[in-house]
Amino acid sequence: MKQTASRHGNIWRQCLYGVAAIGTMSVIGWATERYMGYHVIAFGLLLVVSLASMVMDVVPVLLTALVSALVWDFCFIPPRFTFHVRRTEDVIFLLMYFVVAITGAALTFRIRKMQQLVREEEERKTALRLYDTLLNSLSHELRTPIATIIAATDNLQTQQHQPGSHYHTELVGEIAQATLRLNEQVENLLSISRLDAGFIHAGNDWTDISELAYNVVQRVEDVGKAHNIVVNIAEDMPLVKTDAGLLQQVLYNLVSNAVRYTPAGSTVTVSAAAADEQLLLSVADDGPGFPEEEIERAFEKFYRLHRTIAGGTGLGLSIVRGYTEVLGGTVTLKNRQPHGALFEVRILAELSYLKNLKHE
Amino acid sequence: MNNGLILVTDDERQMQKLLQITLESAGYVVVQATTGRDAQTLAASTNPDLILLDLGLPDESGHETLRKLKEWYTRPVMVISVQSGEQDIVAALDHGAHDYIVKPFRTGELLARVRALLRRDTGNVATPHVITAGDLTIDLAARTVKKGEEWLKLTATEYNLLSMLARNAGRVLTHQHLLKEIWGATFVNETQYLRVFVAQLRKKIEDDPNRPLLLLTEPRIGYRFAG
Repeated sequence: MKQTASRHGNIWRQCLYGVAAIGTMSVIGWATERYMGYHVIAFGLLLVVSLASMVMDVVPVLLTALVSALVWDFCFIPPRFTFHVRRTEDVIFLLMYFVVAITGAALTFRIRKMQQLVREEEERKTALRLYDTLLNSLSHELRTPIATIIAATDNLQTQQHQPGSHYHTELVGEIAQATLRLNEQVENLLSISRLDAGFIHAGNDWTDISELAYNVVQRVEDVGKAHNIVVNIAEDMPLVKTDAGLLQQVLYNLVSNAVRYTPAGSTVTVSAAAADEQLLLSVADDGPGFPEEEIERAFEKFYRLHRTIAGGTGLGLSIVRGYTEVLGGTVTLKNRQPHGALFEVRILAELSYLKNLKHE
Repeated sequence: MNNGLILVTDDERQMQKLLQITLESAGYVVVQATTGRDAQTLAASTNPDLILLDLGLPDESGHETLRKLKEWYTRPVMVISVQSGEQDIVAALDHGAHDYIVKPFRTGELLARVRALLRRDTGNVATPHVITAGDLTIDLAARTVKKGEEWLKLTATEYNLLSMLARNAGRVLTHQHLLKEIWGATFVNETQYLRVFVAQLRKKIEDDPNRPLLLLTEPRIGYRFAG
């Protein structure tokens, strides 16, 4: 509704500009009439109409054309200041003027339409190409764990491994890992689809950021404890009014990425601070960091640094950006000195310093 | 071995099978229903110690079945739902369900919750006035709380919150329920109070307030006292 209203507003504005331009050209015509005949002024008016048809919508252009013809008739064709046309050849002139103005407008309109169609066709082709790449990555991300599960279960059913034997334990372990991976991928895909479709809306509830951060760390450590994860949040951190679920997913993706792509034993620091109705959440690691030219692309879907080992989702960071935007915030990536990555999430949110509540 | 009789209500065959295997291998006896109506009949005839109820049932909604069961069934009911089904879960908890689990779930978590619900629900007429959990001792009659050998100083609100959760140990209490009961009906949407007081309580009763073992958060739903 808002779009239609602004389009209508836009059309009225264009009509106004068109008429104003005709007015201006008429004044110029008045001033130069002595040197040129009133026929030349028609060319000036036609010029205005042609320019208008190049930039305005069809209704304002037709209005401009009509107004210009009337103005030419009224103001310049003798007898002046009447719509009456004394000389026969002026009637023909006026008619031709109409024809030229209208055809010009119609032709430019069609050309612009065709250009737009060509543009849309190109966009469609680009989108299809992108979709193709995504589908390929997607099928790989899903098929890999599925292949593992099929191979392992097949093996267990046909190869008579004894429960408790080395192979048996390993195969069951592989199935467990692959199914969790598959679950994670499906959830990621659902998240991305919902984001793309605009289905995600941020809820609003008072959130204890400290609790959220420690919870994320716990979840990451449940998967593997190869890193030293440090949480850096002040005691007097206020409550933040935001969507805890989305924020937790953002933090989880950032921390689990940090852990996945940096060497074992290194440190990952999760910090949070709030001031002036803004929350700043950051995740810093001291791994290899990102090559400068790839920082821009890091948040794209299925993007992965070329020299990393397989095993990442490729969707994690694009979900981070998508969710952050839904939360009304921004996420940035910079490299740290001497090496490492720093992700910063900034969200505007109401803060509550109720931690200073009187003890009731 | 019979650790208890559990009625499992789920319309999906695979989920039924997995739940049966999981529960039976942990020593429970399992009785199965695939519809809400079946569940009500079986509940009446077998009187299980716990009912597992899938909220996504075909004939009547899981909520409808829950409502009808709660008219007479007093033992714990745990609902099964899906991720992002928080509204369903909160509604179920407010209508008398004790706990919930979300698909896909881990075996360990399911069994832990079942154990916790069955442990507290002894079916005794007399409620104990002393509750212990870990090294925490709560004396409901004296309104005192002891951690190890040390008496804890809790404000009235902190104590009320702790005692309500502990008296319902193993059971998930929704935000709204806690706010209404402890702060009053006008505070039913003031979750910031809950957050602050839970954080304060954890500092006093938990060994590591950042990794709570007693006062647990059920995200977007409520809190639970593990016991």
